[in-house]
Amino acid sequence: MRCPGSALYVYPRARHASPLQRQKTLDPLKRVEKEIKKCVKCGACRAHCPAFAAIQREPAVARGKVALAHHLAKGDVQLEDETYSIMSKCLLCGSCAEKCPNDVPTDEIVIAAREALARERGLTTFHKAVGRIIRNRKAMNMGGLAAAILGPIFFRKVPQTSGLRLRFPLPFLGGKRHVPQLAKKPFLSRHPEVIPGEPGKPRIVYFVGCMTNFVYTEIGEAALALFRHLGCTVIIPRDQQCCGLPGMSGGDMETVRELAERNLAAIEKHNPDYVMTACATCGGALHKFYPAVVGKRNPELHARLQALADKTVDAAVLLQKLGLNPEETGAGEAFSITYHDPCHLRTRNITKQPRELLRAAPGVELTEMEGADRCCGLGGTFNVYHYETSMNINAPKAAAIAKSGAEAVVTGCPGCMMQLADGLQQSGCKTRVMHTLEILARRIKRT
Amino acid sequence: MLDSRIIEKLKAIVGAGNVATGAQELLCYGYDATQMEFHPDAVVHPASAEEVSAVLKLANAERFPVFPRGAGSGFTGGALPKGGGVVLVTTRMNRILRIDTENLIAEVEPGVVTEQFQLEVEKLGLFYPPDPASLKFSTLGGNVAENAGGPRCVKYGVTRDFVMGLEVVLPTGEIIRTGGETYKGVVGYDLTRLLCGSEGTLGVITKIIFKLLPLPDAKKTMLTIFDSIDGAAKAVSTIIGNKIIPTTLEFMDHATLQCVEKRFSLGIPETGRAVLLIEVDGDRELIEKQAGRIQELVKPLGLVECMVAKDAAESEALWKVRRLVSPSLRDVNPTKYNEDIVVPRSRVPDVIRRIDAIAQKYAIPIVNFGHAGDGNIHVNVMIDKEIEGQEEKAHGAIKEIFQAALDLGGTMSGEHGVGLAKQPYISLELKPEQVAAMQAIKRALDPNNILNPGKMFPV
Repeated sequence: MRCPGSALYVYPRARHASPLQRQKTLDPLKRVEKEIKKCVKCGACRAHCPAFAAIQREPAVARGKVALAHHLAKGDVQLEDETYSIMSKCLLCGSCAEKCPNDVPTDEIVIAAREALARERGLTTFHKAVGRIIRNRKAMNMGGLAAAILGPIFFRKVPQTSGLRLRFPLPFLGGKRHVPQLAKKPFLSRHPEVIPGEPGKPRIVYFVGCMTNFVYTEIGEAALALFRHLGCTVIIPRDQQCCGLPGMSGGDMETVRELAERNLAAIEKHNPDYVMTACATCGGALHKFYPAVVGKRNPELHARLQALADKTVDAAVLLQKLGLNPEETGAGEAFSITYHDPCHLRTRNITKQPRELLRAAPGVELTEMEGADRCCGLGGTFNVYHYETSMNINAPKAAAIAKSGAEAVVTGCPGCMMQLADGLQQSGCKTRVMHTLEILARRIKRT
Repeated sequence: MLDSRIIEKLKAIVGAGNVATGAQELLCYGYDATQMEFHPDAVVHPASAEEVSAVLKLANAERFPVFPRGAGSGFTGGALPKGGGVVLVTTRMNRILRIDTENLIAEVEPGVVTEQFQLEVEKLGLFYPPDPASLKFSTLGGNVAENAGGPRCVKYGVTRDFVMGLEVVLPTGEIIRTGGETYKGVVGYDLTRLLCGSEGTLGVITKIIFKLLPLPDAKKTMLTIFDSIDGAAKAVSTIIGNKIIPTTLEFMDHATLQCVEKRFSLGIPETGRAVLLIEVDGDRELIEKQAGRIQELVKPLGLVECMVAKDAAESEALWKVRRLVSPSLRDVNPTKYNEDIVVPRSRVPDVIRRIDAIAQKYAIPIVNFGHAGDGNIHVNVMIDKEIEGQEEKAHGAIKEIFQAALDLGGTMSGEHGVGLAKQPYISLELKPEQVAAMQAIKRALDPNNILNPGKMFPV
């Protein structure tokens, strides 16, 4: 059941916890015990869990993890290496929770179990490093710059794509892996903090996210162009941080809470009408997980995070709400696309809006692929721990994209974009990978 | 606990990666949809009949029990390893071996998920009707072993009616074929029928030959609301009495409607006391005619409202009412005992009245819905286990409900089977001589009591 991996993400050795400490360790699981009890083990999650589809073993499916969480919370099973192994096989995509007849939030239960593991055993070396990096934007900037300069030494350019392939294996990255090229200059350092729009039009805070800031800066440029086209004031807080989800996936909730507070402070002071994201994962973090990680223990902070959550909106949804009509901008060149649903949009019921916008864009022809709503297999750090499984989940997706015959696969999450590009590249398919906003922005620029 | 020597032998048979012994992984094979839990000593994932056979021969030599398991979605504990032993999971055997469009048959392995099989045959214009509620995740092997039903059974029959032949590994390890590929065949005992619904006690199914039908052209869905339970019941017998057999005649009682309405506000009129979801399928012109005739027939029976779907989207909206039943039940009480009694369809109102009286006697909510067309009612006894005494009350109520079904000429279970959950009640329905005959078959095929022991019959 253990995936082969580098020494960097071995599980820490057992500590000898006192009974009191152990009680504290289990707190996160105790807090979700009511949710755990909702599961009646009907098995419906077997039809929807992407990890189960690839692994085909019961511990990989939501029901198995909830059963284990139940015994962990009760205390008749200890937090062991095997617990790490089982709990790590979840992409936190939320597909099971979306389809669960009893509304069991398995993603939250898995996060609680990972937090308990982190409390009892400490973080894996990999997640310790993740926590350090994402809490430190300056280090990320430096790292990004270093990678942009040093990248060519480690990677070779893959022709016909904007991606790279490793020249030789590195600890976190398998040799086959296709990674995108880093931007020379991060998006956040390219623009002023406030870009004023027309009076009376909405004030929007743009929560950029790391993938857009360091990798797919073209998404950021497209977002800016679109919302400026609509006359909005766009605020790009300089002191915004990583959303924290990479930390959450390792149970590093201290980091997530810290980042939630820092992002809250960075956004709140601008008092925006909307907080816009063009990254499904960041949007999910702000919208769903921030209020949950703080919980009711700190009511004042919880209320502020809930207010932030209520203002958070996906870029495509906001564009539609504000009346973007690319049809008015005249004919665009003919371009055939297919659309991939990011789990963190689909589970928030955002499936129709991007499609409607794309269909209305002149020249764009949208062909649905088979299984557009199936997970791409990235799952954030899941892809690092379980790269092979991650690509097995992706395989049918890559095949469906190729079969659609579209020139580009379009989606609303830069994480998915990276994974889709990797899968397509490895299967030898030349389909391009683009963000919804890129397609739309190209069509308004003409006016 | 199993000897490590035996574990090594199991690994030699199915491959080390296909034997699980980790304590926490084993937890994940100890449950099904009954909420009971028993932990196995090992889990094996064989890939062929030969591997299953080798596991069973080893089990007979070393005398350890083996519990076959598909998706583990059963409602009676049939796949649970009570007392410990080896769980044998069939889901690696998941190929559709052939779909024969000339003879209208298909051959599959037991681990194929029911809906995936249906979608594949439908691509070829063929039809596999059995549709248990779990069809998106349950396996065909499990469906055969439990003789699964579903809403469409009123017209098309249950899983058993589509099984033509099997490849089975007997409890002692011999691989045999039963039945075949022809509709007719009378040589020897009908072991195929014996194995359908045998709940994994008589053999491990490793291949299934299914009969298929041509895919109907179209279907038409109607939601009819009545002012009384008798009206709805009368509608069922009137429709069938007038020589129309709908694909589906799903029924929801007043308590069910209240649950759904409270949670989802669908706008069901307050005067509605019972709902029938009716679907007809077949030739486009014919079903239009049938739908019209059904509306005429039910009108005088206290009809409050009749909604007819014009297209697939509207049909889906009507089905939504039925699909929302399960999630809304939780609002009544956290734990549900889901029983599935059957009575002759004309006795549905009688049994509902008896159940209402039982609910009052024990002062616990009982919600009824299900397949009125074939008299199969899902009786949901809703309790809160945290409240002392409720569990005992539920068991008392369940026993009386079974008795009511039997008194009216029915049976305790139409779809879910016996397993562990109904084991204590089996003597209500089966006479000692019947049980003895069944146990004689079990002993003859499984002299060492290896395969799924402790199930079905009282221990």
